[in-house]
Amino acid sequence: MSAHTLAALSQRLGSGDVSSVEITRDYLARIEAHDPALNTVITVTAEQALADAEAADARRAAGEAGPLLGIPLLHKDIFCTAGIRTSCGSKMLDNFVPPYDATVVTRLKAAGAVMLGKTNLDEFAMGSSNENSFYGPARNPWDPERVPGGSSGGSAAAVAAGFAPAATGTDTGGSIRQPAALCGITGLKPTYGRVSRLGMVAFASSLDQGGPLAGSAEDCALLLQAMAGFDPADSTSAEREVDDYSSGLEGDLAGLKIGLPKEYFGDGLDAGIDSTVRAALAEYEALGAELIEISLPHTHLAVPAYYVIAPAEASTNLSRYDGVRYGYRCEDPENLYDLYTRTREEAFGAEVKRRILVGTYALSAGYYDAYYRKAQQIRRLIQQDFLAAFESVDVIMGPTTPHPAWVLGDKANDPVAMYLEDIYTLSVNLAGLPGMSVPAGFVDGLPVGLQLIGPHFDEARLLNIAHRYQQVTDWHTRRPAL
Amino acid sequence: MSVDQAEIEKIAQLARIRVAPSDIAELTERITGILDMVDQMQAVDTAGVEPLASPLNASQRLREDQVTETDRHGEFQGIAPATESDLYLVPKVID
Amino acid sequence: MSDAYWETVIGLEVHVQLATESKIFSGSATTFGASPNSQASAVDLAMPGMLPVLNEKAVRYAVMFGLAIDADIGHRSVFDRKNYFYPDLPKGYQISQFDHPIVGRGHVQIQLGDGSTREIGVTRAHLEEDAGKSLHEDFHGMSGIDLNRAGTPLLEIVSEPEMRSAEEAVAYLKTIHSIVTYLGISDGNMAEGSMRCDVNISLRPRGESEFGTRTEIKNVNSFRFVEKAIQVETERQMDILEDGGSIVQETRLYDSDRNETRSMRSKEVANDYRYFPEPDLLPVEIEDSYVAVLRESLPELPAAKRERFESQYGLGSYDAGVLSGERVIADYFEAVAASGDAKAAANWVQVEVLGALNNSDLSMSDCPLPATELAALIGRINDNTISGKIAKQVFEILWNEGGSVDAIIDSRGFKQVSDSGALEAMVDEVIAASPEQVQQYLAADEGKRKKLVGFFVGQIMKASKGQANPKLVNEILAAKLDAAS
Repeated sequence: MSAHTLAALSQRLGSGDVSSVEITRDYLARIEAHDPALNTVITVTAEQALADAEAADARRAAGEAGPLLGIPLLHKDIFCTAGIRTSCGSKMLDNFVPPYDATVVTRLKAAGAVMLGKTNLDEFAMGSSNENSFYGPARNPWDPERVPGGSSGGSAAAVAAGFAPAATGTDTGGSIRQPAALCGITGLKPTYGRVSRLGMVAFASSLDQGGPLAGSAEDCALLLQAMAGFDPADSTSAEREVDDYSSGLEGDLAGLKIGLPKEYFGDGLDAGIDSTVRAALAEYEALGAELIEISLPHTHLAVPAYYVIAPAEASTNLSRYDGVRYGYRCEDPENLYDLYTRTREEAFGAEVKRRILVGTYALSAGYYDAYYRKAQQIRRLIQQDFLAAFESVDVIMGPTTPHPAWVLGDKANDPVAMYLEDIYTLSVNLAGLPGMSVPAGFVDGLPVGLQLIGPHFDEARLLNIAHRYQQVTDWHTRRPAL
Repeated sequence: MSVDQAEIEKIAQLARIRVAPSDIAELTERITGILDMVDQMQAVDTAGVEPLASPLNASQRLREDQVTETDRHGEFQGIAPATESDLYLVPKVID
Repeated sequence: MSDAYWETVIGLEVHVQLATESKIFSGSATTFGASPNSQASAVDLAMPGMLPVLNEKAVRYAVMFGLAIDADIGHRSVFDRKNYFYPDLPKGYQISQFDHPIVGRGHVQIQLGDGSTREIGVTRAHLEEDAGKSLHEDFHGMSGIDLNRAGTPLLEIVSEPEMRSAEEAVAYLKTIHSIVTYLGISDGNMAEGSMRCDVNISLRPRGESEFGTRTEIKNVNSFRFVEKAIQVETERQMDILEDGGSIVQETRLYDSDRNETRSMRSKEVANDYRYFPEPDLLPVEIEDSYVAVLRESLPELPAAKRERFESQYGLGSYDAGVLSGERVIADYFEAVAASGDAKAAANWVQVEVLGALNNSDLSMSDCPLPATELAALIGRINDNTISGKIAKQVFEILWNEGGSVDAIIDSRGFKQVSDSGALEAMVDEVIAASPEQVQQYLAADEGKRKKLVGFFVGQIMKASKGQANPKLVNEILAAKLDAAS
């Protein structure tokens, strides 16, 4: 059951082989049996899921079809779900039940998907290990002593553990790709503006993007098809046609030019990951692709620029959590200042506070030019690096992460070391490009991800490139024993 | 650029986050670490580079002036920590 | 030394609520006076994941204002976040504009009491969202927050520090009021807070080119209070400076009950607004074609109208200024002037109509008397149906009870007596009843006779209940008295 991809399930639902209610029950049972050890799901919405599954079966019986009709999914607990607690992994929103759905949720609902529950994440999506969750860390199903990555760690671990065929995630600096890599599944961060941010709790507005985590590129294509599209309620949503992501999956890769940034294969990269990624690249050569070394000279500045821009935006995005209109409020505030400062002290975790403070500092009088403005200038240089590269290559590849999943707690006391784990993914967000992580093998039993980066709005090509690889390899089908 | 505790306290006030006196030293150290890392930026000459605020090279779409929202205050206030007479309550605001 | 020594330097920041149906970044209604929080949507409440979408009409209105003050319209306008915590500001930041406002440098012409005009520079005008309201009635020691107003579009108009007196500041404010109401971009209702003003004031010795330290008086919400606040703040600063003290740069409040300004208790933390580009909105591109269409559709503006009133109707500059000051007044005046007698129209509108509105605390848009009736009334004076005196009575009836001019004249028998037979009889009666006065008249020389004739006219008007045609009465009287000599 758990090995079934979304595409395969979709076919079985279509043929009447299984019903949505049946598969929904199976997944719920699996979550109930195994999630206590992995802590990937914050809220299980069993009753609602079964009701939705029945409704999906009824729609199908009435003649409706569609690849997601009746497919159970998990949503990262950052997407607002009407009537269902949306915590964002924070004590601040532990009691928050939004009266609205995120656009992504609405779209997937309309496509007939069934929500099984809400997945664990780093608080407000700030983290690379899922250790910053108010609900405790999610664990990596390949080794529960290790982190699943973050911030969409719950989603990635849940898909890897077979709790759902797919899940939604968000990616601000690698939060889909990095946990997908660490958990051995496929994840896609779309171009900034491709997927609506409405109803997605904001971390860093100019970087955040929702996307799918699933068992294969083919599954990601099906999910992205439903998630993507213009949303007039999100001013940063791209008013642009959505490609047909499934129809181009089989496209031939002969002559494909793959850029390999030398900066992605240098110091700091785990040797096992290096060789695993190179093996994957050899597969691409076998498929007719050409490997071209390129340079993205500002790569080393991505981490510093990101850790100014993201905290700066976050510091103000999180100002709304003030204990007045929703969410946590401290007991018996003495005065207004006390209400604010104590509510925020008591309900934000350490990493969130650190980022708010760093961001506040970077925007404050006297530091703006040296930090925020400088970071935005570097952001342009980074984007220009990519745009220049895409003049000579079709896709850029490299490792998704410098290391495989690490042991829980190992980096918990060293924020900067944690930040450096995102070195290959951050610049993609800064440039607003689409990026994927596909399973490329294992190092000491731990999954390794290959990152694919494409030009703006070229998700269809990325999916095609990933899919062709998955047709000649089986890394993406490997699942841990629970 | 290094920061001292007093500066962290000032920033924390600005961000409306109380920091327990026992935490301030460690917090200052962590933030100094982050800022030290961030300071690598200062080595790059960015003179004349236009800052990039959004990766989308597009302009703002405008909405038609139409009332599309309805009164949902009951629903919204159902999740509020403290309300009375349809108002959100906060400790007395003094100008 | 005082006034002669010190020069007051004033700059105004005027916040104008734009008359859009929906808010600047959400689809909530902007109706004034709705029940608390009934017009606060998830966006206005800063619910997690909610995003702003810019209202085209707010942009349009800002551009119209820019055109009206002959300003540069930014081709690329950027929204920024202004960060501060306050319970009436749900997001913890206000979406405003900092470096790239929609309206750049422009200017307006103000008119002073003596009819003279001056040009005042406008530094910029930018779009931003209004905050909600804190209600301080006691909810067990708590304040209540109403977010209906949060997100109402504001145009903040910043002047150059070019005003030198309270009179100039008020004239500037009135000019801005007049422009925005002419354009129809704001209802200009100051009592409802549609227009609010922050006043920056400093003093310097005359002839000095450096500015002194300024204070900012926040939220002064009527023309009269602006005038008074400037006066008392000027005096306060003068006292301090003349005592050898120095002015503290600070924000002050004007207390109208005590007619004084006082320091706003500085909040626990000094403000540092941390402006940065709002990442939830993209830059607004304003195309030349968009501006051109708006430029074409601009109505006649107050300054142009004032000049036209002077040339077309032969009005003096003061009268033209008053009548063009508000679009509703100007339109009303022109409708009355259509009767053909523009001078009488100007007079009636300024004295009677504006006076009556003032007495009953109404604004022109609530005027109970249709312009057509006032025009008819002036017509009835000019065709000698009624006298000017009777006309005032008719005006009062029209004002208080409504109805039409002719029906009132008919039903009340106000019609002027112009029948010379009837008038002659009245004159004869009065002459016969006043032998003493007749003798005095006859004994007087030409000069005095003119005065004495007033007595007879008065008696006749009294006898006719004011309805005798005064011109005819004078003629008949003169003939009869002269005949008696």
